[in-house]
Amino acid sequence: MKVFIEKEKKEKHLVFSGKVSGMLKKLNIDASEALVVREGEVLLDSDEVSGDDEIRVLSVVSGG
Amino acid sequence: MICFCGRKAVYEKAGNALCKEHFIESFEKRVFSTIEEHSLFKDAKSIAVAASGGKDSTVLLYLVKKYTELQKKQHSRNMTLEAIAIDEGIKGYRQETLDFLKSFCKKHLVYLKILSFEEAFGFTLDSAVKKLGRRYGPCTMCGAFRRTLINKAGRGYDVVATGHNLDDEAQGILMNIFKSNTGFLPRLGIRPGAVHHPLFSTRVKPLYFCPEKEVFLYSFLKGFQVPFTECPYAASAYRDIPRRLISELQKHEPLAKEKILAAFLNILPALRVSVEKKEILACSLCREPSAGKVCKACEIKSAFVASGQ
Repeated sequence: MKVFIEKEKKEKHLVFSGKVSGMLKKLNIDASEALVVREGEVLLDSDEVSGDDEIRVLSVVSGG
Repeated sequence: MICFCGRKAVYEKAGNALCKEHFIESFEKRVFSTIEEHSLFKDAKSIAVAASGGKDSTVLLYLVKKYTELQKKQHSRNMTLEAIAIDEGIKGYRQETLDFLKSFCKKHLVYLKILSFEEAFGFTLDSAVKKLGRRYGPCTMCGAFRRTLINKAGRGYDVVATGHNLDDEAQGILMNIFKSNTGFLPRLGIRPGAVHHPLFSTRVKPLYFCPEKEVFLYSFLKGFQVPFTECPYAASAYRDIPRRLISELQKHEPLAKEKILAAFLNILPALRVSVEKKEILACSLCREPSAGKVCKACEIKSAFVASGQ
């Protein structure tokens, strides 16, 4: 799957299938500091992601 | 997870799952209840929101605007609302958020007043960091100048609302403990400032009980399109240490932030008693409130001038 990480302004290709919480763990991103979005729809930690998904990981923490 | 109404949830906490519509409704209700229960705008006829173009102050501005409109509609109560923003002079950072804020204010019909370090003090934060960066941290300088400007401008309104959220406050509590700044602790709270004085503007924090992630989620669901930018000096901020610590704590205690805040609110009245008789001085240079003879902003400004323009 394609994962765009806003904080790093980078897109990563990830081989993963499972819960959002597992995907964030694999990406070493703190779930409390990220909002995960697929096709404009907010995903919860317990939602499933896989294969062809295009995911955006938005940074919750202000940069100021 | 599914919301109680049957739609897909976008939010879940302690078994409470909410869809987009019900999350928005619940978030707004919480902020409006905070305003009411803590009498944040009691008797206020003029309100200013300290805005930056970031998500917290944008959400705050939107909700205060909505609140004032509801008050007018339901209780025929008239309150004016304006936004105050500070341009610190940070290249490649502030302009983008200010541009966003300008268009947001235009769209929502809110008058925006922009004050700059350069106009008020004669130099930008970038040039102060360049000259004095070894003596003062960027956040120390920025904080001192921002506080002075917002306080000064804020005296023109009955109340100034700031976008501090639950995470900010929990981090602030720990930060002041770690730095042994126990004298600053009584200044925190939903109505910051331990001492009432005519030189102090009245400040309130309507997002006080809202976790940062929920503020962000609200902003996202409302489609505010707040730009993601990072202050180039943020990496040096001490705040990052308590943020990381709280994040670790949350893995074992999911309500760590809420518990830090609840414990602090229990002891805050006692902390305030310890400082309420403290005398507030006027800075001998700018006449703004100061703990000493010269305020921090004037101390830094003098150091800047002394270092050669």
